[in-house]
Order: sequence, then structure tokens, then C-alpha cells
Amino acid sequence: MWVDIASLTLMGGVLGSLLGAAAWFLAVEENPLEAELQAMLPGSQCGQCGYVGCAQAAAALARGEAPVTLCPPGGKATAEKLAKRLGVAVDLSQHEDKIPQYAVIVEDLCIGCTRCIKECSADAIFGATKQMHTAIAEACHACGKCVLVCPTDAILMQPIPVTLRTWHWPKPPSWQERMELEKPVSHHWPKPPSCQQPVEA
Amino acid sequence: MARLFPMRGGVHPEYRKELTSEKAIINLPLPDLLYIPLQQHVGAPSELLVAAGARVRKGQMLARSDGKVSTSQHAPTSGLIKAIGDITAPHPSGLPQPTILLEPDGADAWAELPEPIADPFSVDPKVIRERVAWAGIVGMGGAVFPAAVKLDLGNQYKIDTLVINGAECEPYITADDRIMQEHADEVMDGARIMARVLNAARVVVGIEDNKPQAIRAMQWAAEGFAEVSVMAVPARYPMGYAHELILAITGHETPAGKRTAEIGAVAYNVGTARAVAQAVRLGRPLISRVVTVSGGALRHPANLLAPIGARVADLIEYCGGFTLSPARLVIGGPMMGQPLPSLDIPVVKGTAGILALSAAEVGERPQSPCIRCGACIEACPVGLAPLEMAALIRKDNLEGAARLGVEDCIGCGSCSWICPSHIPLVQYFHYANGMLNHQEQERRRNERTKTLVEAHHLRLEKQAAAKQAAQAARKPSTPKAPNDKASA
Repeated sequence: MWVDIASLTLMGGVLGSLLGAAAWFLAVEENPLEAELQAMLPGSQCGQCGYVGCAQAAAALARGEAPVTLCPPGGKATAEKLAKRLGVAVDLSQHEDKIPQYAVIVEDLCIGCTRCIKECSADAIFGATKQMHTAIAEACHACGKCVLVCPTDAILMQPIPVTLRTWHWPKPPSWQERMELEKPVSHHWPKPPSCQQPVEA
Repeated sequence: MARLFPMRGGVHPEYRKELTSEKAIINLPLPDLLYIPLQQHVGAPSELLVAAGARVRKGQMLARSDGKVSTSQHAPTSGLIKAIGDITAPHPSGLPQPTILLEPDGADAWAELPEPIADPFSVDPKVIRERVAWAGIVGMGGAVFPAAVKLDLGNQYKIDTLVINGAECEPYITADDRIMQEHADEVMDGARIMARVLNAARVVVGIEDNKPQAIRAMQWAAEGFAEVSVMAVPARYPMGYAHELILAITGHETPAGKRTAEIGAVAYNVGTARAVAQAVRLGRPLISRVVTVSGGALRHPANLLAPIGARVADLIEYCGGFTLSPARLVIGGPMMGQPLPSLDIPVVKGTAGILALSAAEVGERPQSPCIRCGACIEACPVGLAPLEMAALIRKDNLEGAARLGVEDCIGCGSCSWICPSHIPLVQYFHYANGMLNHQEQERRRNERTKTLVEAHHLRLEKQAAAKQAAQAARKPSTPKAPNDKASA
């Protein structure tokens, strides 16, 4: 038994140190900023930003080639986080978040071509050749790539309905906004032109 | 009398309970149609057991508990299931919710009920727990947490005090007050049964000192039971909040984000205790509740015993309708209640009150800037700094508000009530907590997408590797032929 224990311990030790050494000497150099930025992105590799995946988008951001507003699914929150980390000033007042959506396959139009299945990076579409397909709402992350490849326009992006579980109170108006809302509208006549001013014909 | 411990914060709103406090509970005549939502409680919605067109009898289970934290729904009377559909929920959003429509047949014939438990103090506590779960009892003070799930806490924690919550600190509401005055024996019985299941050594009934008749009634009911004591607690909003009442009675504060069971105390509303007594002694499910219908815009304010599912409009009509156009319709009390989306919503297990308030009672005044007086800090019963949190939320700094503890806000509204600038403080915290919750859900959704995408890529890589391997296996045979020819 001692021989077994000793040999296994020895093997473990040797292999472990080998792996450790390999990790040290063969390490791929990574930009720490890139890794940090990538962690902020949703990581769904949807490609809506125009880059292949989130890692490539993070690299472009780190090089300063891409705007912080590049990620549509990330929305305002992600843009704010990226801007803060990169120290970029960005005006997000006009930026509107996309309403959360999910893909729905119209069963009457689906011809079972499987193109959307191949396109979906989250395996959210279910089906087989010449069989009807269906999209799993919980798994869909609304990248919309399936809509583009569907030959019969059978895929629709629909807003996720608000339910009792997801509804919450809106933000109350501040006192300034209240005053703006409740400002009395003036109903008096405009000031008449003075007689000194020449009246244009 | 035992010593009382000081309470933190709180306010003294005008109680205005005299509108209904002397009015005995009256039975609401059966309405033409009952609307029984599948979700009237915290947790998973109940699972439907009946279909449209079925004839049901009073007390028959219509939907059963679905999951660990859930409960069942029963027919409040005998009749015909007209339909099952989406009806406006008693919720400020006014969103629809799956609901059973029951048309009463007028016979009010009971279904076969389970046998009454003759001696609940000698049977296995599990039997009681099962009965409470069957009866669909939830916390009737407004928290609507399934009562049976809470009875399990005795197994996880050492419970020494069972607090029966008769504080009823919300203005206008007198439902619990009337229950204690008229059904003190049942409340006491239910409390003692629950104490046995929880293995709690003592039972304390906490009642605000502005209800002397209820205190006297409960003291009479408690006579002869050494483990039970009735305590008059100072009338101060929000004394009825379980953590607050337990602090006043035991002197122990519940840590933030923890349950009261961790400090050895569990609280139940008096209505819940009565429902437990009825389920155990009579085998009856929870199919009706006492609702205070009050407010300055109502002709005849009253305490009504309404079947679950009766429309708010039916109750208001029974109370003589409005004398003037109500400025605000509220479900629950005026402090923590929610605005009614319409009069066509049903009374559910958590509906303690329906208020039709006149403009004078609402007393809405224009908002002005914060003067940093700190009155909200003094009023906050959980020790938060509402003015700081509201300022951060106004600037959309939700993380900052979370650091200051906005998630510990109980939404009692003491800060909004006391604010001399009439800033809607608690409304900011409702918004912030909703938003934080939403962000957490989004984060979880993103995590899930990430795992799915990673799995997808792994699969693609595996497929590619398998393809290559297959090609490699085929390759050696094809190039061999020309080689052979060349050598030959």
C-alpha cells in the first residue's frame, strides 16, 4: 500500500510541477484592461456590435477604436460602466435602452430549414430539418441574428411582457419636475407693440 | 405586567379608528360572482384543480399548493365555475392575473370536510402543520406568507416566544380589533395550537394600548393558561411590523436581512391564529376574511366578513356607496396600502381594509426641496437615513443607496409622513428596490446566457474535432492508391 501511495504522490507532484511550469513559461500575454472590460460585457457573443465576440469587442474598446455605446444588449448600464473604467465622458441622456425582447417563431411560416438553429449562439432554438422550430423564450438573449437569416420571415422579435412578478414602481418626479408639470399656463394677451416702433407694412 | 422595551423611530398618525371600531363584524351577503385569484400569497401560484363548467361545493379545494412556498385556494361557497381567465389583480400595476370565476348557486352547501382534530395538544405536530397547509392559511396581517411554511421554523430554530400580533397600527383599520373583541377564544386557541407546533414556551399577545376592549377580551381568554400573557404596547406606527413588535416585547432586535426566528421569536397575526383554530377544530379552510371598509367618502363604514373573491365594488355598495367623490381609493391601510387600480378587483386573503378617502383626509400638499432637518432619520424604525438615500436615488445612484441599506427599508412610509417638505421618500425606495431587483434578475439572465453560449461553443469545437478525426481516419486509404501505382 505504501508503494502505491508513494508512487501516486510522486506522480502527482511531478505532473503538478510540470503543469505549473508550463503555465508560467507558456503563458499567453493578456492585456489586463481587456480582461476587465470583457467582464463588463454581457458575454453572450451575439455579435451585434460588429465584432466576432465579446473578447474582440473588449480588445477594440481597450485600443480606443470602439465607442463605449457599442453593446446594444448591455444597454445604458454597461455603457456607463465602460465609460467609467475607460475614463471617457459620454452623453447618455439621449441613449434609450432597447425594450427587452425575445424571438418568437410563427409556426405557420416556418419551413424547417434549420438556418436559425445554426445561427443561434445560445442554443435557444429547437427543431430539426423539415420539422417545425420553436424558440425557448427563457434562453433567448434577443441578439436578433435568427431574424436576419430566416428565408420566410417567420421570426419576430417581441417585447417581454411585464408581469406581476417583474413590475415595479416608476421613479417619482422630483420637486423641480413637479413644478414644471404643474406650472400654470399663461392666458393673457401678448404685449402690444409700442407706438415708437415703425409698423412694418 | 412584563417590562416593555423602547421602540426605535415611528410616528403618530391620526388613528381615525372611531369610524368603525364600535361596529360589530357583519356578514356580507353573497355577491353574484366571486373572483378567486390563483396567487394571493408570497411564493409560487397555486396549481389549478378544476375546469370551467365544474360544480363545486363550499370549502372544496380549487387549486393546490405548487412548490415549497405556496398554498391552496378553496371555494368560498357552492356554485358553478363559470370560467378561468385573466382578471385585474389587486395590485397597483393593474396587470391581469389568472383567476377562477365562481358563480354561487345560493345553496351554500359544504363539501366533505376533513375530520376536526379533537385534541390538538396531543397529536403529532405534523398533523397540525398538514392541516394548516391544506386550509390555505396565509399571514393575514398583509404579508400573506404561507402559515404552514412558517410553522416549520420550529424545526430549524429554537423558538421561545410566539408573538400574536394584535397591534394593528395602521389608521382606520379595525378588523383585528373586532376579531379580538368578538372571537378572543378562537384566537387564543389558535395561538396555543401554533405554540405547540413551534415548541414555543410562551405566547405573548401584543396589542396597542388604544384598544382597551380588545386587551380586556384577550386577557379574559388567556385566563387559566400560564404560558400566555397579553401585553399592551404603546400606540405608535409601525408597531404592527413584526420586527418592531418583537423588539418591544422581547428586547431583541432582528439583524438586517434575517428572520425573526433567528432571535427565537415568531409572529402571527390574530386573524391567522383564528383561521388556524377554525382549520384544526372545525376542519374549515380559509374562505373568508374580515375587511374594514372605511374612509370619509363612504356612507356607512363597516367591518365586513367577506368571502374571498368578492369584488371591492360589492363591499362598497353594501356600505351605502360614496357620499362624495373619493380623492383616493386604497387597499390596505393609508400608510402602507396600495392605490386601487379599479373597483372591479377581488378581496383576497391579505386584504385587511378598503378605504375611500376624501380630499381633506388625503391632504396632499406640494413637494418642496429637502431642508435636511433629519426628521425622517428619527422616524425610521429600521435606522436608515431616508434623506441621503432619496438624494442618491434621485441622481440614479442605486448602488450608493444600496450601500446605505435601501434594501432593509420596510416601506412603512413613516419618513414620507413626517417630511415637512412632503418629499415622496418611501416612493423613491419602492422604485429603488424594484430597480435593484430588476438589475439582479438581468444579471442572472446574463449569467445564464453566458453558460449557454459557452456550452454552444464547446459543442461546436467538439463537432469540429470529431470531423477532423473522421477525415484523418479516412485520409490514409486515399493517398495510398496512387503511391502503390507509382511503385508498381
